[in-house]
Amino acid sequence: MATATAPPVVVERLPGGRSLTPLSWDGVMPILMIAPSVILIAVFVYGFIGRTAFTSLTAWRGVVPDYTFVGLRNYERLFQTEKFQADIVNTIHFTAFFLAGCLILGLGAAVLLDQKLRGSILFQNIFMFPLAISFIVTGTVWRWIFNPNYGLNVLFHNLHLDFLQSGWLTSPNTALNSLTIAAVWQMSGFCMAMFLAGLRGIPEELREAARVDGASEFQAFRYVVFPLLRPITLSAVIILGHISLKIFDLVFVMTFGGPGYSTDMPGLNMFITTFRQDLFARGAAIATVLLLMVALLIVPYLVWTLRGETER
Amino acid sequence: MSVLVAAPRPATRWRPSTVVAYVLLIALAVFYLLPMFAIVATSLKSFTEVSRSTLWELPKAPTLEAFGSAFDVLAPSFFNSVLLVVPATVLSALLGSLNGYVLSKWKFRGANVIFALLLFGMFIPYQSILIPLFQFLSTVGLYGGIPGLILVHVVYGIPICTLIFRNYFATVPRELLEAARMDGASVLGIFRHIMLPISIPGFVVVMIWQFTSIWNEFLFAVTIAQDPTQRPITVALQNLAGSLLSQYQVQMAGALLAAAPTLLVYILLGRYFVRGLLAGSLKG
Amino acid sequence: MGNERWSRRQFVSRAGKTVGGVVLGLSFADFLAACGASNAPAAGGGKLEIFSWWTAGGEADGLAEMFKIYKKNYAGVEIVNATVAGGAGTNAKAVLKTRMEGGKPPDSFQVHAGQELISTWVKAGKMEPITDVWKSENWDKTIPKDLKDIVSSNGDVWSVPVNVHRGNALWYNKKLLDDNSITPPTTMDEFLSALGKLKSKVPAPLALGSQGNWQVQMLLENNILAAGGPDFYKQVFSGKASFTDANVKQALAWIKSMLSYVNSDHPTLGWDDADKRLINGTSAFNIMGDWAKGYFTAANWVPNKDFGAAPSPGTTGKYVIVCDTFGLPKGAPNRANAINWIKVCGSQEGQAAFNPKKGSIPARTDVPASIFDPIAQQFIAEFKTDALVPSSAHGSATPDAFASGVNDEMGQFVINKDVNKTASNLQKLSDEFLK
Repeated sequence: MATATAPPVVVERLPGGRSLTPLSWDGVMPILMIAPSVILIAVFVYGFIGRTAFTSLTAWRGVVPDYTFVGLRNYERLFQTEKFQADIVNTIHFTAFFLAGCLILGLGAAVLLDQKLRGSILFQNIFMFPLAISFIVTGTVWRWIFNPNYGLNVLFHNLHLDFLQSGWLTSPNTALNSLTIAAVWQMSGFCMAMFLAGLRGIPEELREAARVDGASEFQAFRYVVFPLLRPITLSAVIILGHISLKIFDLVFVMTFGGPGYSTDMPGLNMFITTFRQDLFARGAAIATVLLLMVALLIVPYLVWTLRGETER
Repeated sequence: MSVLVAAPRPATRWRPSTVVAYVLLIALAVFYLLPMFAIVATSLKSFTEVSRSTLWELPKAPTLEAFGSAFDVLAPSFFNSVLLVVPATVLSALLGSLNGYVLSKWKFRGANVIFALLLFGMFIPYQSILIPLFQFLSTVGLYGGIPGLILVHVVYGIPICTLIFRNYFATVPRELLEAARMDGASVLGIFRHIMLPISIPGFVVVMIWQFTSIWNEFLFAVTIAQDPTQRPITVALQNLAGSLLSQYQVQMAGALLAAAPTLLVYILLGRYFVRGLLAGSLKG
Repeated sequence: MGNERWSRRQFVSRAGKTVGGVVLGLSFADFLAACGASNAPAAGGGKLEIFSWWTAGGEADGLAEMFKIYKKNYAGVEIVNATVAGGAGTNAKAVLKTRMEGGKPPDSFQVHAGQELISTWVKAGKMEPITDVWKSENWDKTIPKDLKDIVSSNGDVWSVPVNVHRGNALWYNKKLLDDNSITPPTTMDEFLSALGKLKSKVPAPLALGSQGNWQVQMLLENNILAAGGPDFYKQVFSGKASFTDANVKQALAWIKSMLSYVNSDHPTLGWDDADKRLINGTSAFNIMGDWAKGYFTAANWVPNKDFGAAPSPGTTGKYVIVCDTFGLPKGAPNRANAINWIKVCGSQEGQAAFNPKKGSIPARTDVPASIFDPIAQQFIAEFKTDALVPSSAHGSATPDAFASGVNDEMGQFVINKDVNKTASNLQKLSDEFLK
């Protein structure tokens, strides 16, 4: 039975009940072995996060660093810019639709594949291959597909579905949704994989029992299967959610934030502000805000997951 | 752990629901394959044909000239990516295996906290460390090239590699270690003689996952290695797409060349790729 | 215990091997990288590394011509042509930053005259002034003072202008104008009425390619010049006059009027796609710098026969300068060669070889006009007498942070068409970056 839950954590004690004393080679060795990684992560993740936060409180603008302390001025100014306000709105809009799209497509595909039809493996591989390619490749192709003169519009015209035509990436009203479609195409396979693993982990006996009790397939799904998928759904939401909050590659190549600010995102804004406009302190402020948004999502999740593990 | 291997199935009975299921599956398949059709069809067209025809028409006179042009532009970057991915993957896998072993088998005080702190590093937006990273690399002279990028990917790959190995090693029975301990084996000895030899599948998952992630990565690449002689393929592709706005056939050919290695890995070793993918969800 | 000792030795040796391997691996990779980048000085004249984004077409040809002249005058020097393609220079600028900050500057690099150099690199202390070279080459006699002012700061000169492009030019499809009895407009009113007249004949009388939005900033600065004149222009772009002034609002209102005659897919088009519309006859006008001329001639259009040029509506007698220059970075590996390069760039011979191929006009006023096409000749004559102002959209008048903020703002203006809001946002940008 494929497990959909974390493997049990092994707590080690030496035979004979001897505890590890710091002075013995054995006590020190595990710590030594992970020390390089711990040090690297301490510096390159936590040290640098702190440094970024510090930079966001300075007046650094231009190629030469300027560490004059200015308090929260960069943040004040940042939130007053129309561009960043648009970033926040876009992020919420994009995340909501992206999650909905991935979850629905993912669950739908997983349910279909769980039917154990012939050819399932082939379909499975087709639904997941977008995960193996880069956002840059995805963006390049979908930009071409969304071209108003050559792409989808022409297809819709040929299929007499003219009402589906739109400006896609060229119009401020439709650009963000077009971006979302490309993103869903790329990542919904992940959801599908998770849901499929989850569905396979539900014992057949449970569904049989429901059927014996007179429930229809649909009711069995709704009242037995669906609730058991909640942990998986939560994981998927958290993982995809944090990806959508920090989205950068796809926007960079598809729209570069345009038209206007309609597809601008904090991740892209930070890059342009820092490495094109040389406004390092403001870029650091954007980066810190971005981190806080992601942390809000991830930290509770990490705590919840790991606590669940240690309880076992 | 059998992940996404097909469960045994009875002979297909053609009920209406089955037909509906197939229709839906095919519709979904069309959605996912649409861009592949776009890439392949467009990359086989000549420039004149691309300007006149639409995306959906098959090439009337297929030609490989687009691939030639794309290859000319992308070949050096392709090589750069290889130079980047191979060392970075190997090094981060080694570090990950060490960490995964310790964190799954040796519970010293604070091990869980350390693991949590390590994991958080997997989720952070890299923008939040980019400025100090840029300053650091400039100071040590590693900014602008592949070596610096290798260092970056090794460091930031530690969390996911650790996670995958930890999950993998956790499946190794405690008894195996206890027997070795009773024979007098040391911590490192157990790693070398017992864990490593059986960790090949773990290495396969980690290395496939890292290969794919690093090959496809863009943010670090575009920040740290913009120089044309050093840039990896994601940056080169983006430049190609940005500078030849109307030469769609070259863009598509380039996209295919850039995606080929990871697609190949996925086609041949997809199962391991998926394991890495699901490990990241922490729940299976 | 036996095992323990063994494992300790083993650990140390393994650790040592690993560290050694990593260091070796990184050094090897670093070495490979270094092989690609830096150069050992050759015997004789050394090297000269010139950094630019002139990778194709007339630009690359023009640069090659200057290299020829350099080799003729300074034999024995190996010229390294370091170019970075793409993004109209944004990639090149990013790579340049890497090199300058990493302490590996090229011997000289292409940079737009004015703020692009001064507020970025001069302010950071990374450039050497070339005032002495300017004096010894006597450029005060041959390069207009307005232009010298643009490349100067704090009493020193920082770069030598090689060419001058015109930002305020109106290009038109001659046949479409002749067929509809329209004379090339000189004022904004004439222009708008011409557009109105053509609306029924042509899908989009005014072609626009606004990807990146700098093209719209060009419209803004041309219109500000038309509404307020050169003095107001200089003041508003140096933060001394306000963007909420009536002149700016008029400039914005004119853009708003123009927008109703523009092709709807402009956000995805580049400036060259817009000019393609003129060639196809689906548009009649395009307001763009004179690099558009190169596009037309490459498509085998003849100047003054198939297409014509006039100053952007309302800007007769005024010249918006877009100018490429070369300066001297501190720590240039081959300093003497770099200084000679600067001399070639500012020489009559050099500019006469470069500009016809590039499609621009020389910064020097003593290059014979006969080697240029009719439209360039027209511009050369006007350059001598017109009031010269630096372009903001192309890095001369304002620092990068301001100009890119304006690009963003103009991208929004094209969508919301709100004159007052845009004017006040522009003023906010001015408060932040121009003071």
